[in-house]
Amino acid sequence: MKARTRWDAVCTVEDLVPESGIAVWTENGPVAVFYLPHRLPALFAISHTDPFSGANVLARGITGDLKGEPIVASPLYKQHFSLRTGVCLEDDTVSVKTYPVLLDGNRIRLEVQATQQQPQAA
Amino acid sequence: MSKKTLIVIGNGMVGHHFLEQFATSPAAKEYEVVVFGEEKQLAYDRVHLSEYFSGSTHADLAMGTADWYADNHITLKLGEPVLAIDRDRKTVTTPASDYPYDELVLATGSYPFVPPIEGNDNERCFVYRTLDDLDAIRASANDARTGVVVGGGLLGLEAANALKSLGLEAHVVEFAPRLMPVQLDTDGGAVLRGKIEELGVRVHTEKATTAIVDGETARLRMNFSDGEFLETDLIVFSAGIRPQDTLARESGLEVGERGGIVVNNQCTTSDPHIHAIGECALWNQRIFGLVAPGYTMARTLSAVLNGDRDAAFTGADMSTKLKLLGVDVGSIGDAHGQTAGARNIRYNDEQAGHYRRMVVSSDGKKLLGAILVGDNSYYDTLLQYALNGIDLPENAESLILPESQGGAPALGADALPDTASICSCHNVTKGDICGAIDAGCSDLGGIKVETKASTGCGGCAALLKNVVDSELEKRGVEVSKDICEHFPYSRQELFHLVKVNGIRTFRTLISQYGKGHGCDICKPTVGSILATCWNEHILATDHVPLQDTNDTFMANMQKNGTYSIVPRIPGGEITPEKLIVLGQVAKEYDLYTKITGGQRVDLFGATLSQLPEIWEKLIAAGFETGHAYGKSLRTVKSCVGSTWCRYGVQDSVGMAIFLENRYKGLRAPHKVKMAVSGCTRECAEAQSKDIGVIATENGWNLYVCGNGGMRPRHADLFATDLSDEELIRTIDRVLMFYVRTADRLQRTSVWMENLEGGLDYLKEVVLEDSLGIGAELEEHMEGIVGTYQCEWKAAVEDPEKRKRFREFVNAPEKADPVQQWTTERDQRRPALESA
Ligand code: SRM
Ligand SMILES: Cc1cc2nc3c(=O)[nH]c(=O)nc-3n(C[C@H](O)[C@H](O)[C@H](O)COP(=O)(O)OP(=O)(O)OC[C@H]3O[C@@H](n4cnc5c(N)ncnc54)[C@H](O)[C@@H]3O)c2cc1C
Ligand code: SF4
Ligand code: FES
Repeated sequence: MKARTRWDAVCTVEDLVPESGIAVWTENGPVAVFYLPHRLPALFAISHTDPFSGANVLARGITGDLKGEPIVASPLYKQHFSLRTGVCLEDDTVSVKTYPVLLDGNRIRLEVQATQQQPQAA
Repeated sequence: MSKKTLIVIGNGMVGHHFLEQFATSPAAKEYEVVVFGEEKQLAYDRVHLSEYFSGSTHADLAMGTADWYADNHITLKLGEPVLAIDRDRKTVTTPASDYPYDELVLATGSYPFVPPIEGNDNERCFVYRTLDDLDAIRASANDARTGVVVGGGLLGLEAANALKSLGLEAHVVEFAPRLMPVQLDTDGGAVLRGKIEELGVRVHTEKATTAIVDGETARLRMNFSDGEFLETDLIVFSAGIRPQDTLARESGLEVGERGGIVVNNQCTTSDPHIHAIGECALWNQRIFGLVAPGYTMARTLSAVLNGDRDAAFTGADMSTKLKLLGVDVGSIGDAHGQTAGARNIRYNDEQAGHYRRMVVSSDGKKLLGAILVGDNSYYDTLLQYALNGIDLPENAESLILPESQGGAPALGADALPDTASICSCHNVTKGDICGAIDAGCSDLGGIKVETKASTGCGGCAALLKNVVDSELEKRGVEVSKDICEHFPYSRQELFHLVKVNGIRTFRTLISQYGKGHGCDICKPTVGSILATCWNEHILATDHVPLQDTNDTFMANMQKNGTYSIVPRIPGGEITPEKLIVLGQVAKEYDLYTKITGGQRVDLFGATLSQLPEIWEKLIAAGFETGHAYGKSLRTVKSCVGSTWCRYGVQDSVGMAIFLENRYKGLRAPHKVKMAVSGCTRECAEAQSKDIGVIATENGWNLYVCGNGGMRPRHADLFATDLSDEELIRTIDRVLMFYVRTADRLQRTSVWMENLEGGLDYLKEVVLEDSLGIGAELEEHMEGIVGTYQCEWKAAVEDPEKRKRFREFVNAPEKADPVQQWTTERDQRRPALESA
């Protein structure tokens, strides 16, 4: 059966921290949402789990750009991950999952994969 | 054709240098090379031997590696002394076997002279030459209080310093009427004596020891010819060196009347197949007790063995520049003015302890020699005048006058001729350096590797940097000091931009002076600069995204994403009530509890959302943040001091608490650690801290720029016998100057090592206020001290800031699923095995 996707509201604009990240819990696990008000697009969402340590910490990293690419630096061992593609700049064989994210009025919505048990909402 | 055999006796500094030269030369292919060393260790840097007492190991001091010897097919036989040479059979004998040679090189160095005094064979009498000697001294110092060095020469003073660093009360007994009789004149010796006594080393001149007998108040008593005596627990003889020429003497080679293996300009002895280099060789009736001439001999001999007919050793410059117990001493060329018609120019400031003497030729045109005590910043310029025969300026005295009295500025690197010797250890001229730059070297590191300049005694480091910088500049090469791709500025430059333009946010700074959006290098750097300049709360909205996670959440992140909590415990002093609160909180949240290396308590395993609650409880009990996460003051370690300890001479705990409360919260380029000890026993280990304070009978001695950690560095003595007020003022200035001028993540130790002019420069800026910024530095510090706030207190009281501490903003009750726990030694710890 083909998995269906859904746009879940995960938090509001007030929860975001400009130039930084916050973590939300989704059906797909912990996700980090970044708000970079001085870029377009301004919202990015990637997995909150740092693949190098297994810890849920990426939302707590420093954001910025390297050669124009928007990035977050893992707070544990300092690798950089592209916020657009999730690929690690130091080792392109490692990447984290990225999530489409959008602003709906005052709400931040993430596109998550519905798990089977969930009633399939439209 | 079978190979010939070359045997080298002695694996010391010069023997090793010879092998380095020879192994890469064409002749190396013709020889089987075998080296015998009496010492067990591979050749090491004897010049820096004393660093063995300040933490260096043999590996740090080693000059080569066993692999290097193997790679170059050199057979190395350590711990196997040569006992005899049979010149007829052309063999050498060791305890293991006989070995034939075709060419033989003696590089046996010298041995310390021990005066024939009754009792000099006591087990508590030592010499100062090898690693084994130092091991023996260290072992004996363990249960000793005082130590005497016999001999007030260069090595003797170094040995006295070593005894002091081992915690002994140090004395120097010198036969001559002054210290360093070879290098200094009467006035210079007197100034040096004053300085050294100020540092607590007792100097006894004109004392001839007649016997060493059992002591009454200490282990030994030294009886002097004038009827006086001195009691001590150990004695180090440093009364001069004698060339190690026994093998040569016994095999009938020509030796000098007062020792030394006679060699000609080709470093060959009276037997054409036997050569001698280094301290064992006597050339032109002279022995050279320094490493640079030995290296020159080694290079000469390697050339000679390669058939170079022009190779000749023609003597060497014996100028020396040293720091003895932190006191500068320099001696150049004909320091005693023995050249006919030589004239003298003297400068003597007894108040400051500065003495300088120039010896100039009868026509006043050339510099023949010089003596410096107290300030070596004049050395490089004077040496270049003397070595290169540069004509002295009209008013030659300006070369040794302080700048405030019309002194001349240092001779620029530009003024030096290409033949000017920059590094005498490795015989590198300015021309060689220019050559290396033209061949593609574009930084100091590369030039050091290429030319070896400054890899010997290190005395030429400042001059080398000058020459390299000026040559690079001439060629239009710019050394990039940019901190990252977003800012074309160094940290120091950014600091100025922020301060001068009153910039208060990262955005303003990057839009005016940088490009892009920043990164994890520039953001925390600017965050720290903004904090130092304006001292606003680090969680103010503009500053949050600048901080490393540890600063953002004001706790140190652990490997599973949880945090540790370290409340401040100033000076390590804590009431039972507070200790109980720590226990209660730890118990309530099941936190792993550990005493840290900084005399306080660390509570591990708190989740993000628990942090504010836990801090609320700690703050209610009177705790404050310990800044264990910040690039800021960590702890001021203390010993119990005079309030309890029978040896304490000041209240070290009181001072530590005062310092910790004064500087807590100061944001710096890196963390800052301090300690205060109540007496010279130094239980608080102050000499390994950025700022170390040790109590004296009259006040406090201040040490600066020490470091533990990855590359330990002993702190330098900065000022002595300070009153409380003087101490605080001096620390204010040192810290503020560091905060303003250091690079990002540069501890004070590395900052100091990179500071042009080093310790002396820092002393000028701080103690003599040479830049006229003393008052400004103090005022800046006062401002920071006055606006201190406990960051955690401010955070828990502000609901907006507390919002940041939610693990998942949409699921407050959700526990982080990765945080799995297990129990070990009755406490909880992460079960996560990755990382
Ligand atoms: C807790 C403690 C070990 C302990 O259990 O005793 C500790 C723990 C850490 N040390 Fe340390 N150091 C601790 C005393 C020391 C000491 C000893 C001292 O201060 O007397 C040293 C050597 C002295 C020195 O710094 O000169 C020390 C030298 C380091 C270094 C190397 C610094 C250097 O200049 O080479 C680092 C790495 C760094 O800072 O870049 C480091 C870094 C760390 C970090 C912050 C590593 C990290 O990023 O996670 C550790 C986190 C602690 C935490 O989570 O709370 N720690 N660390 C000690 C805390 C003392 C305190 O109360 O604040
Ligand atoms: C504490 C200290 C500080 C110093 N500071 C300075 C300074 O600041 N500047 C400076 O220029 N110089 C300094 N020197 C002097 C410098 O170390 C020497 O000039 C240099 O080491 C001489 O090198 P060498 O190879 O001739 O002798 P060494 O380095 O002494 O090497 C000789 C080696 O030969 C071995 N040997 C002797 N006999 C035999 C044998 N029969 N068989 C096998 N092996 C044998 C010895 O065990 C020794 O290892 C200092 C010396 C000391 C001790
Ligand atoms: S340093 Fe000195 S005063 Fe302080 S506890 Fe140790 S012995 Fe006592
Ligand atoms: S002069 Fe000794 S290293 Fe250059």
